[in-house]
Amino acid sequence: MNEPRRPHILITGAAGALAQQVINRLRDHCDLVAVDFREQVYLGDDIPSYCIDFNKRVFEDLFRRYDFDGVIHLGRIMSSQLTRMRRYNANVLGSQKLLDLSHKYGIKRVVVLSTYHVYGAVAYNPALIDEEAPLKGAGLTADLIDSVELENLANIYLWRYPDLNITVLRPCNIVGPGVRNSISTLLASERAPVLAGFSPMMQFIHIDDMADAIVLAYQQDHKGIYNVAPEDWVAYQHALKLCDCKRIPVPSIPPVLPRLILRTLNLRSFPSYLIDFFKYPVVIDGRSFSRAFNFQPKRPLKEIFRFYRENKKPI
Amino acid sequence: MSIRSFLRTKLVPAALDDQINRIRKPIGSLGYDPWGYNNEAMKVGFAFTRQLYEKYFRVSADGVEKVPDHGPVLIIANHSGQLPLDGVLIGYALASRKHNPRMPRAMIERFFPTVPYLGNLLNEMGAVLGDPTNCAKMLANNEAVIVFPEGVRGSGKLYRDRYQLKRFGNGFMHLAMKYKATIVPVGVVGCEESIPAIANIKPLAKLLGVPYAPIALPFVFPAKVHLNFGDPLIFDDAEIPEEQVTERVEQVKAAISELIDKGLSERKRLF
Repeated sequence: MNEPRRPHILITGAAGALAQQVINRLRDHCDLVAVDFREQVYLGDDIPSYCIDFNKRVFEDLFRRYDFDGVIHLGRIMSSQLTRMRRYNANVLGSQKLLDLSHKYGIKRVVVLSTYHVYGAVAYNPALIDEEAPLKGAGLTADLIDSVELENLANIYLWRYPDLNITVLRPCNIVGPGVRNSISTLLASERAPVLAGFSPMMQFIHIDDMADAIVLAYQQDHKGIYNVAPEDWVAYQHALKLCDCKRIPVPSIPPVLPRLILRTLNLRSFPSYLIDFFKYPVVIDGRSFSRAFNFQPKRPLKEIFRFYRENKKPI
Repeated sequence: MSIRSFLRTKLVPAALDDQINRIRKPIGSLGYDPWGYNNEAMKVGFAFTRQLYEKYFRVSADGVEKVPDHGPVLIIANHSGQLPLDGVLIGYALASRKHNPRMPRAMIERFFPTVPYLGNLLNEMGAVLGDPTNCAKMLANNEAVIVFPEGVRGSGKLYRDRYQLKRFGNGFMHLAMKYKATIVPVGVVGCEESIPAIANIKPLAKLLGVPYAPIALPFVFPAKVHLNFGDPLIFDDAEIPEEQVTERVEQVKAAISELIDKGLSERKRLF
């Protein structure tokens, strides 16, 4: 007797810690194919892994060969990586190619990972921002344009091709073991810059919880846009303190001064264009996702910060 | 030892610690809420405000028990005195009442979050950026919210205009109707005399990017403050034209005006 066909899923951004967590959760009951534009990662003999640029024609061969049912698109290049132009090519044009191919090959489920950065850090932001709120990220800095454009693209495909069943996730700061984004690098470091007199509220989600959220999102058919964040909050400087991180104040007024200092220092973990996120809060409301997908984060903030505190000096 | 922990050990006795912990608040595991309220900072702020409230302004609060002990409440008051002292004093009156104290949130001007240190400090003490979304989310959370519908028109008033109510915005009424929030009018008397301003240098204010630049003595006078809480007002959420909403707002304004008159007639001396 024939066994039911296992779902075939394409996972992008496979070299990242988050994708690997998602892969570990799905590999037992799905046939996965992993791709990454950065490097080819070995994920075991059962998972074909490719280093591929979505804009190259060979990318389509994967769709022909593996007959995918779904796509989990985690391969968004973060704003701290590569140049603006290359990011735009990969995040916007690459994602468009991915969505076009998904449509062409009849994919039934697409999950796209976005970021809360699209809301933009503005002094007048209310707290608990809903999914309907305007995306002000691109208005603040050209370095976030690709993140906002990626979202616009996903939105267009969401209504133009309803069969793709696109779900866009906008998570808060993803942190935890293996995460290499700017906030995780800051929490893990011995010293971290802060803007003097500013300690905005922040939200953190553990990488394991985020992986659970992505798997839940993939498995349940609720298309749309969702914020993903736990119902817990902490001020940035307090978070650094809990991670045993020495705070280095950067003068904050007039506003041009910290921008100038950070541009000169050119720190990867504290880039000048993300400066407003360390000044004004962007607190998102994750309740709609929790309700729709019955999601409850399991790792409390204290556990997250304990990890960073205890791993300050790797052996 | 940091300044904050030093102040905490000096100012916050165990009884106060317990008192604040007992007030129900929707906060996360580290004592913060989404708007930046911090339970530990609040304790220091509360102890400090107690001195201000009892010793400096010698506040008399009349009818504070009229504020419902649960459910969404909008506390609407007249704004005065250049600094948001009136909000602090109303907040303390409600947080320190004997039966069913509540930790109200005050809506503050949009300019504060851009000020280093002060913006964060105000947030930690429960002040929230005066945005309708914030107010709506807090009312949905069953919180008590202090709103000054006059905004900067009220706080930036000159001494010669004291106790004249400026135009009230209609936003608070729409929110009260939508979230079925009880409105409690409050008349504040005394804050006008705490920082009397004789003029406002508008070009300087524009240059500095602040709402107003008053000419006043750099000193806060210890004027005796009277807070008169009025009877709760409840409005239905019927679909009505803006004109009728304005009428309802005028009703609240009239109630506040009466409470101010009551406070002024009861006041025996300025200080």
